[in-house]
Amino acid sequence: MIQVRGLEKSFGAQHVLRGIDVDFYVGQCNLIIGLSGSGKTVFLKSILGLHTLDEGHISFDGRILGDMGKKEIKALRQEMGMVFQGSALFNSLTIEENVRLPLDFFSDMTLEEKDQRVKFCLERVRIDPEAFQKTPAELSGGMQKRVAIARAIVLNPKYLFCDEPNSGLDPETAIVIDLLIHEITHEFGMTTVINTHDMNSVLEIGDHVILLEKGKKAWEGTMEEVLQSEDTAVVDYVFRSNLFKKVRAALHKA
Amino acid sequence: MIYRFMDGLGRYFLFLGEVFHKPEHWKEYSKSFFREIELLGLSSVALVSFISVFMGAVLTIQTAINLENPFLPDSYIAIAVREGIVLEFAPTIVSLILAGKVGSNIASTLGNMRVTEQMDALRVMGINPASYLVLPKLLACLLFNPILIIFSMALGLVGGYYAGDFLNLVNTEVFLSGYFMDFNPFYIVYSLTKTFVFAFIIATVSAFFGYNVEGGAVEVGKASTKSVVAMSFSIILFNYILTNLLLQ
Repeated sequence: MIQVRGLEKSFGAQHVLRGIDVDFYVGQCNLIIGLSGSGKTVFLKSILGLHTLDEGHISFDGRILGDMGKKEIKALRQEMGMVFQGSALFNSLTIEENVRLPLDFFSDMTLEEKDQRVKFCLERVRIDPEAFQKTPAELSGGMQKRVAIARAIVLNPKYLFCDEPNSGLDPETAIVIDLLIHEITHEFGMTTVINTHDMNSVLEIGDHVILLEKGKKAWEGTMEEVLQSEDTAVVDYVFRSNLFKKVRAALHKA
Repeated sequence: MIYRFMDGLGRYFLFLGEVFHKPEHWKEYSKSFFREIELLGLSSVALVSFISVFMGAVLTIQTAINLENPFLPDSYIAIAVREGIVLEFAPTIVSLILAGKVGSNIASTLGNMRVTEQMDALRVMGINPASYLVLPKLLACLLFNPILIIFSMALGLVGGYYAGDFLNLVNTEVFLSGYFMDFNPFYIVYSLTKTFVFAFIIATVSAFFGYNVEGGAVEVGKASTKSVVAMSFSIILFNYILTNLLLQ
């Protein structure tokens, strides 16, 4: 479980995060939604320790990030996996080498065990063995995302973070990626935190949904509660499009 | 402007502190080091060869034309060509060219990794990106640039000899004997010392600019250009400082 308390972050005069309190639960897909500029990415990077906090604290199963020494942070990082918006695969390495890199750095496995683990993770995200020796540039956007997921889970992390994992993907591939993350979260009992704009993702895999507005938590609930919520922040964000307005009307009628 | 320069200099030294952070997985660094040798060193051999041969040839032609005097033996032309190549043209000019080729490559590669979040990916994994990405490049430059410069010296002398022979500007036997006349071996030490310093500048200055890119593809291009300008200034400045220190 990840607990965030009183999180504040500014860049110069720009106050991006304004006292966020939230809990992210184990075995759930915790979705952070909000308009562009609402502070989602800064929030996620702050949890990851990529930004230093101005105020507040973050604890990972009781371990407070700010109180940890370098060694403890390093150990914690090995319990984290991250899927970046643009996949962030290393262009100079093959697909197999990309997934193997965290193992080469942080595991005591034998070569054979590493090979098996890499193969398992790539097959788990449905990457064809023929693609193992290709470079990221030779893969489609959807395949790159799946490789990024394989790399994120190769060390068997407790915490998985995804920054807009289905941005730039066609609707079908986006759903495949969403469902894959959802399956993996439940299968490996991870605490997954996902930044997204995509309402399909919210309604498909949103076990726990947090809406950010101007750097503050405006609302939180489950995907079922999103559809029934009368909260103006949720209504304004979620039901902005005509399609979702019709969906909401139909649900109310039903 | 002075404030900006001092700020930049301070950040450069902090960056070096990160780069020289003790590597924890030498095996991974060594893999990366051999990749960089190929990418930054071996790929420059053809360019350095071409430039060196013609640099030596031009130097011989210019010296022969300017020293055309019946009282001056052709061996003097050879000495002038040799000293020019060994002391200045091979270490400084070739380093300036490598700053353009290798330095811009390092800056744009790291800049691209920064804007595509590959560096963040390394940090999230618990890997120090400055050390993992820059140290192998620096070691590759420090090891391979001197080899390139020695190679450049040899090819420059060969180019100078054949230009004199081909254009019938010198008596080749006398000219060749001039190459071996009154040679001061310390000049090689001086030249390689400069090369080491220039290699360090090329690898670290370009990496610093690439590593600190903020924005997108346009900023990567700008950082690459800025890095080449900064490297050229630094190489020229240190050329003067080292010449003063080592040859006086």
